[in-house]
Amino acid sequence: MPHTVGLLIDALLALDRSRVRRILLEAGSPDGLEAAFEELMTTALEEIGAEWEKGRVALSQIYMAGRICEEAIDELLPPREGGRHGAPRLAIATFDDYHMLGKRLVYSMLRAAGYQVFDYGRAELESLLFRVREDRVDILLLSVLMLPAALHIADLRRRIDQAGLKLKVIVGGAPFRFDATLWREVGADAMGRTASDAITLVRRFSGGIA
Amino acid sequence: MMTSLQRIAAALACREPDRVPFFLLPILHGARELGLTIREYFSRPRHVVEGQLRLRRKYGHDCLTAFTYAALEVEAWGGEVIFRDDGPPNAGAPIIRSADAIGQLVPPEVGRTDCLLQGLETLRMLKEAAGDEVPVIGSVIAPFSLPVMQLGFEAYLDLIYDRPDAFARLMALNEEFCVAWANAQLAAGASSITYVDPVGSPTIVPRELYLRTGLPIAQRTLARIRGTTAISFASGRCLGIIDDVATTGAAAVSVSTDEELGAVKRACRGRLAVVGNLNGIAMRSWSEADAGRAVKRAIASAGPGGGFILSDNHGEIPWQVPESVLLSISHAVHTWGNYPLTWTQTDE
Ligand code: B12
Repeated sequence: MPHTVGLLIDALLALDRSRVRRILLEAGSPDGLEAAFEELMTTALEEIGAEWEKGRVALSQIYMAGRICEEAIDELLPPREGGRHGAPRLAIATFDDYHMLGKRLVYSMLRAAGYQVFDYGRAELESLLFRVREDRVDILLLSVLMLPAALHIADLRRRIDQAGLKLKVIVGGAPFRFDATLWREVGADAMGRTASDAITLVRRFSGGIA
Repeated sequence: MMTSLQRIAAALACREPDRVPFFLLPILHGARELGLTIREYFSRPRHVVEGQLRLRRKYGHDCLTAFTYAALEVEAWGGEVIFRDDGPPNAGAPIIRSADAIGQLVPPEVGRTDCLLQGLETLRMLKEAAGDEVPVIGSVIAPFSLPVMQLGFEAYLDLIYDRPDAFARLMALNEEFCVAWANAQLAAGASSITYVDPVGSPTIVPRELYLRTGLPIAQRTLARIRGTTAISFASGRCLGIIDDVATTGAAAVSVSTDEELGAVKRACRGRLAVVGNLNGIAMRSWSEADAGRAVKRAIASAGPGGGFILSDNHGEIPWQVPESVLLSISHAVHTWGNYPLTWTQTDE
């Protein structure tokens, strides 16, 4: 497996789609193709994310790696019916901000890891409150790029708590990377420094069910 | 004592001035000085000029700037600007909706575009107030970075990777616009042009892609800008491409908090001055002592030998950073920034 992951990372960074497909299909797994895909892609994307944090991989490569993984899922796996049994109900939004790429990256990481996610697009406080309640969301992932939007998450948190909703809030985006204490200040339950951190954090908060 | 203009000129020539020069860039804070909303503040050149002058009197920094907001440039191309009361305005919906639409795209003419003419008016008034005492900074968004606002980031990355033809055409249009806009600013009195190109940073694209795209674009564009230029990566990394940046003709480069200022300074080896790298976002909750420590650390890493301008790492102080922090930063530069920096050999 570690060797295969290395090959997959190289193929993803080289944007070599046919090599990516070959590696995934050859990997196989006693639990089936889907499990093998998830395992390999998650490990590769997490590794690529970690390299970005060290400044050794660029954001465009994270984007392309996520895109290629999603294409492989769509082409090679049968369409999935509904969510996985026992998986947490996840939703993602760009909050009070116009910058959508962060959300897009996190969304592809979660898809590669086999999660289904409600995508609320660009959302403001009231509509978000309404939708998380309606959809009975367990974990809400928020992406922002501007500092005022990040600070505004504190108001959302307050309203979530006032409404008695028991959901976890995971935040991410540039302001949180530049101020490592900001996520606590706005009342988030966790912060991801790179898009693939969403996978680790969702696993942590779903207590191993998924 | 040197004037601010002399101080900056010495730093850009990679020599030691009388004191570490200091670019404080509170772009939005002028609105607070004048008791206006951010939108009202940016609506008139005279507001920005008055704001800039008051801020310089308060903090004693070594520049004035005509920069208002990056989205101004897509406003010039027909885009919408969305204002808010607690932060910088942002670009609205993309003006280019598909790669194929690039074929029909026509760049704005600087002399006929109201928002740009306002910017030029601001520059002229600032230059008149500045005389030969303090530099007035102009700025342009690089042709390689502007498309994030023209198309949206995801669509732009798809364009780069999937549509080299349409990408090349867009770069040609953006280069013409950028050169014209930069030269108009120089003609209106800008002392230098900051070329804002964070998409070229290794934070955003790998070096091998930069060598084929952002770098040749920067080389061509800067060669046609008739004045001093500096490259800003807007808090993106730059250490891995310093040798490349040194070939563009820029006099200075901005450094991210994500990188060690001293390491970037060493990599520049007198070819480029370094500007940076205080963390503008973390600054919001700094104490007076934090500010002093951060300024001292930056000066100790990059001050000796000159070629250093102290600044934040992005080129804009967030609205939420309080006056007390900016005063502490200013106080620390004036206390610890005087050359020769003998204390850096004994201290820390
Ligand atoms: C490239 C860039 C530009 C370009 C393009 C901007 C754009 N996207 O529209 C240009 C030159 C146009 C620009 C302009 C501006 N910029 Co700018 N820019 C940057 C830069 C270098 C990268 C921004 C970016 O889009 N990155 C891509 C996103 C996806 O990256 P990210 O948010 O870091 O996301 C990663 C992780 O954080 C994580 N993640 C993201 N969301 C989530 C969510 C979850 C749940 C998890 C787990 C993880 C996660 O995944 C991603 C990858 O792993 C940053 C500085 C930096 N070093 O990051 C400044 C930065 C975003 N800019 C900033 C600002 C202020 C501006 C302007 C408002 C300046 C102005 N006054 O005009 C304008 C706004 C432009 C507009 N859209 O209208 C600030 C914003 C913070 C603040 N001070 O409020 C930054 C952070 C710089 C700084 N250090 O202060 N900018």
